[in-house]
Amino acid sequence: MFYREAGQFKTSYKADQALFPILQDRIGIAVILIIAFAVIPAFANDFFLTSIMIPFLVFALAAIGLNILTGYCGQLSLGTGAFMGVGAYAAYKLTSIFPDANVIVMVLVSGVFSAAIGAVFGLPSLRIKGLYLAVTTLAAQFFLEWCFIRIPWLYNYNASGAIEVPRREMFGFIVTGAEALPITRYFVVLCITAGIAFLMANVLRGRIGRSWMMIRDMDIAAELMGVRPLRTKLMAFAVSSYICGVAGAMMVFFWLNAAEPSSYSIRLSFQILFMVILGGLGSLGGAFMGAAFIWILPVLLKFVPGLLGIDIAAETVEHATFMIVGALIIFFLIVEPHGFARLWQIAKQKLRVWPFPY
Amino acid sequence: MKDFKQLAIGAAVALGVGLTGVMAPVAQAQDSNYVPLLTYRTGPYAGSGIHIANGMHDYLKMLNERDGGIGGVKLELEECETGYNAQKGVECYEATKGKGALVYNPYSTGITLQLIPKASVDKIPVLSMGYGLSAAADGNVFPWVFNVPDTYWDGASVVIKYIGEQEGGLENLKGKKIGYIFLDAGYGREPIPLLEQLAEKYGFELLQYAVPGAEMQNQSSQWLNVRRDRPDYMVMWGWGAMNPTAIKEAVKIRFPMDKFIGVWWSAGDDDAAAGGEGAKGYKAMNFSGVGSDFPALADIQKHVIDAGLSSTDAASVGGTLYNRGVLNSVIIAEGIRTAQELTGKKVITGEDMRMGLEALDLDEARLEELGLKGFAHPMKVTCEDHAGSHPVFIQQWNGEKWQQASDWIEPMTDLVRPLLEAAAKEYAEKNAPWPARTEPCPN
Repeated sequence: MFYREAGQFKTSYKADQALFPILQDRIGIAVILIIAFAVIPAFANDFFLTSIMIPFLVFALAAIGLNILTGYCGQLSLGTGAFMGVGAYAAYKLTSIFPDANVIVMVLVSGVFSAAIGAVFGLPSLRIKGLYLAVTTLAAQFFLEWCFIRIPWLYNYNASGAIEVPRREMFGFIVTGAEALPITRYFVVLCITAGIAFLMANVLRGRIGRSWMMIRDMDIAAELMGVRPLRTKLMAFAVSSYICGVAGAMMVFFWLNAAEPSSYSIRLSFQILFMVILGGLGSLGGAFMGAAFIWILPVLLKFVPGLLGIDIAAETVEHATFMIVGALIIFFLIVEPHGFARLWQIAKQKLRVWPFPY
Repeated sequence: MKDFKQLAIGAAVALGVGLTGVMAPVAQAQDSNYVPLLTYRTGPYAGSGIHIANGMHDYLKMLNERDGGIGGVKLELEECETGYNAQKGVECYEATKGKGALVYNPYSTGITLQLIPKASVDKIPVLSMGYGLSAAADGNVFPWVFNVPDTYWDGASVVIKYIGEQEGGLENLKGKKIGYIFLDAGYGREPIPLLEQLAEKYGFELLQYAVPGAEMQNQSSQWLNVRRDRPDYMVMWGWGAMNPTAIKEAVKIRFPMDKFIGVWWSAGDDDAAAGGEGAKGYKAMNFSGVGSDFPALADIQKHVIDAGLSSTDAASVGGTLYNRGVLNSVIIAEGIRTAQELTGKKVITGEDMRMGLEALDLDEARLEELGLKGFAHPMKVTCEDHAGSHPVFIQQWNGEKWQQASDWIEPMTDLVRPLLEAAAKEYAEKNAPWPARTEPCPN
């Protein structure tokens, strides 16, 4: 009833191949965009923007990046954290080498370095598959993290070994550094994430995306049909790393303001991987849902005891949050191993036939 | 499926409650001074963090219970769990800064580095007591950051001076080998520039052994190298689980423990106790009192611990890290008191707190008044010097507890200060445009 596409006739190929062919989806996306671009900026306080929305968008973008590699192309990777780190360090070096350049351009360019490194570490994927590939990408994670610690040139020989984001302005607004307003940073992050998500939604349903999925589903058959594994896999690695790199650069430039190598540790890789698995492999919407679950839920859970008037110690809340989120992850994976994206599809189907399920 | 529905409803309610909490305007209490405590009782560094957190919490709580706060105004304390994680630390900062926070104690060099640029914007001082960015000691460049009583560079110079004393003079260091084992993070790398300079000046050889944070519980390869290199002394900059592991490994290779010296963060009771009988003789620097034989600590025992207002295990009172936490809170409390005197206000703001900390003068008489005679060396902060390069002492583990093993040793201020100023200048240049100091000097 709510999701019926009956009666929505398409009269041109263009309309039939649109990104959102169903009217309800178009309305839904429009509502989400209005909320993101107008409602949240109008009503949210600084904490909501800086500690919930900005990290959520950054993680969602990183999850999209990993989803392209793991969800769409079937190459398991544990190096996401390091590829994000490459983006962050590249953006930091670029801004210190070209102090007058536009910082958003620098952030977008930094992904190119990450893409190059990702493609290099993607080379073993031509011979190695599945879990074994996870091990080689794990090597990338440890090697790159070692570089962040051991190559002082990367952090401009700071005694602290950390990278710190300087103040940069754009069109009269301060966009990075401590003085940048949360709202400005939020808009920058939102525009980049939404832009890349839109771009990828189109790439994924085109020739390139389909060749990735062919490789994922059966690489020999794909090869026989004329998809070159070398080019396709490396492209998946490069595109995925590019997006992760941009997300990593945004993480330090628009969220944390400073980062140590440990910010890009294996922990981050797993965090992103869980977002992808929980959200749904091979789904862009799932990347957003997974990021929301892994990042936003624990932050909100922390406020529950205080508001209910229960006075418990900070570390107990932390432990409880840990356990609740862990239990929920197991629960959702048992109920629906294909993640939130699949749950949403089921819900859509139910809405469609409601109130007369058959 | 019914269960699922209930769970879904439950989750939705919980989320809704959480969301309203986040969006609700922050109520600012007008009749109390709000002090957020960024602590970590979970994660890999909890072993050290719990004692610090207890010490900080208990002293301030005791002031509330015994004196009704400071200057007649209660302190509102709130702990926020960071897990030594920079992301969570920033989240804690954002969640608490709007409630009128007076000062932040991040207890992590990583979190400190992220808060330093924010401090001047949000007008809330950062008190990183004996850790964080050494260069922040230059108050002209970092008016909002305080690292009293000492920077890591002061500490490194004291270690070398002490080793020199043991050898009968700094000139006898020539040709000696000094090993430096450190947590491979901003924290452990901080003293290296100074140690290198001292090595050049006094002609000893500096051997570096880096311990990556992820592998701090497995240091056998580093200590194998130590056994091969046979350094005359070992110096350690460790934290959390790294400390007990290093001490155990040192015992295993039979390194002479009285030639193994840790920084003040490698001076926990649990750290040394992990080495068992063999750890006897291990030394560490310290700047806060040893033992629980102080009237103020007795008050904590009476008003807080016996009253069941704290999660502190009574046996840990008087431990090095617990006392360190107490000292941290003494500095906060004295900062608030000084600020109240300077401004004449009872309920102060972060800006007043900054003035209070900058005018901090914790002399012998005041320490005695607080019931902490001999608990710490008298401390004074000036507008130029936010660390003060105060003397520290060496303590030694006798197998059961720590004992003071040396007098107060002055850092080599003449060497450290120019380095600090140069580093501060460099930081400001790298982070240009760094705001110039406009805050008035209260002294």
